[in-house]
Amino acid sequence: MGDLSPGSRDVELTPVTESVVEPVISARELRKTYGDFVAVDGIDFEVRPGESFGLLGPNGAGKSTTMRMIGGTLDRTGGDLAVLGMDPGPQGPTVRAHLGVIPQQDNLDEELRVRENLIMYGRYFGLSRSFLAAKADELLAFAQLEAKAKEKVQSLSGGMKRRLTIARGLVNEPKILLLDEPTTGLDPQARHVLWDRLFRLKEAGTTLVVTTHFMDEAEQLCDRLIVVDHGRIMAEGSPRELIRTYSTREVVELRFGSARNATVVAELDGVGSRIEVLPDRVLVYADDGEACLEEVARRGLAPVTSLVRRSSLEDVFLRLTGRSLID
Amino acid sequence: MTDETGSAREQTVVGHHHDDLDTTTLAYSGQAPSHAVMAQRAHRFGTWYHAEAVLRSMRAFIVPGLLNAVGQPLLYIIAMGLGLGALVGNGVGTVDGVDYLTFVTPALLVSTVVMSVSGEMTYPVMAGFKWMRTYYGPAATGLRPAQIAAGHLLAVVIRFVVQCTIFWVIAVAFGATSLGWSVLMVPIGVLAATAFGAPLQAYAASLEGEGFQFSFVQRFIVMPMFLFSGTFFPLAVMPVYLQWIGWLSPVWHGTQLARLVSYGASGPGWLIAVHVLVLVAATLAGVMWARRVYTRRLTS
Repeated sequence: MGDLSPGSRDVELTPVTESVVEPVISARELRKTYGDFVAVDGIDFEVRPGESFGLLGPNGAGKSTTMRMIGGTLDRTGGDLAVLGMDPGPQGPTVRAHLGVIPQQDNLDEELRVRENLIMYGRYFGLSRSFLAAKADELLAFAQLEAKAKEKVQSLSGGMKRRLTIARGLVNEPKILLLDEPTTGLDPQARHVLWDRLFRLKEAGTTLVVTTHFMDEAEQLCDRLIVVDHGRIMAEGSPRELIRTYSTREVVELRFGSARNATVVAELDGVGSRIEVLPDRVLVYADDGEACLEEVARRGLAPVTSLVRRSSLEDVFLRLTGRSLID
Repeated sequence: MTDETGSAREQTVVGHHHDDLDTTTLAYSGQAPSHAVMAQRAHRFGTWYHAEAVLRSMRAFIVPGLLNAVGQPLLYIIAMGLGLGALVGNGVGTVDGVDYLTFVTPALLVSTVVMSVSGEMTYPVMAGFKWMRTYYGPAATGLRPAQIAAGHLLAVVIRFVVQCTIFWVIAVAFGATSLGWSVLMVPIGVLAATAFGAPLQAYAASLEGEGFQFSFVQRFIVMPMFLFSGTFFPLAVMPVYLQWIGWLSPVWHGTQLARLVSYGASGPGWLIAVHVLVLVAATLAGVMWARRVYTRRLTS
């Protein structure tokens, strides 16, 4: 009895290494329809343990639908889905005990105080009050809401509620964190702080699944992602791979004024490798943006403004769908 | 569109240096039970967990709630029992073999909780699905939708145990009933409340939005039930073509049982069995209906 070394205990407690090879989530031909409307149209993907996996696409692409099927709070119409080896349909409650779910729409209990919200939510996982007392303080620090602990949720700003919702999702130390549009409603600084913290959670072994329609969020947060549109997967890879495959290194943004943007395209023929015309600007894709810009000047085209930037996932999406992520 | 990525990276680094939050213990403290145990506890006790949450958020209304729980019986006993009772006493003498206060008190207990339940199982249910979306929080945990439905009802039951007990104590204090078996009016009152409340909860859950339905329930179901369920006069006094309201009404069945335990009102044994059966059946039907509706709404 006396020689129980701390090491032997560690083996039992190590959370992530038990299933290195098996994906934590795998979907095959996953489908959801509402009558004639196809929300998710037979998608396949796998999420590996410890990675940060993203679903990038515009609103209505089927991202939240997919998330809810993973958590078993939405019955799928067809296909196979396994989360930690379980079927979230019949085994939804057991699956959810392993998950942290951050829904797109906050659903905090507004009658309760901030700290109480965390504690009550922990109770749903059968966690003891003493455990939750300490946990709630950690989570308040995570959400930077220590000063608001005793306030009613009603009195919080939208951003604060969002942070509290995210912290609440961590109360059961989930293996997988499902984040549905996590930073919607947060100010830029709060977004960066959150991305940093989620990154460190991932380092600590938590698998992240993130839906977003913000390309910067996908770039910052995701190791690997699928680009989703109309319930279908358009592309899959790391942000860097996707940009390399579907876009050029750089992009030149030219603004000629909304009246001229469309007509000037003919005169840009041959500049860069591809041209996209948006209502407010023209995008010229090229590996060397500066050289492009010089060519534009040489042809005597005088844009009102011009800008050379690196390609982003926004460009990937535009290339794949012909549309912007945010309409 | 500007290049946000560069500045984002910088800020991330700055954030890193500034706070000393221990993300490792946040992700895994080693103090929590395994997720399988969490799932098991939610499976066993989920209904209680949700009842606890509902009761906690009711706490904001504890003062008005208590004032109501004490004030209502006082007002009714004084107005109906003593005021109207004096009139009845001078006229016909007794009702059902007892003085009017004794006759009317069990009915008042039952009908006040049944009226209260119509508030608890309508707007708060709509809030859970729509206005506050509070049901969707626990729905994302190890709880089943059926437990969320049952937990809400359980919280309301606990509230009514307190409310009925307060009513009973006041009734005893006013000599409207005597100590003893009359304490069974507490579970009878609660049962009458669930017989109406559980189906009402399921009905409220089936509504996508509130138009006129809840005020319709209030005006055309709750009020007639209060007035025509043998509350203020025996059901038999009413014209036959109105007596069916009593037979359908949990208030009448509850009231007759409450009268039995309060002052020993007499009645055939089969009728007592019918009263119990109707109340239990309506409660169970409501619970099962609610389970279906909650499951449908929280998984579609």
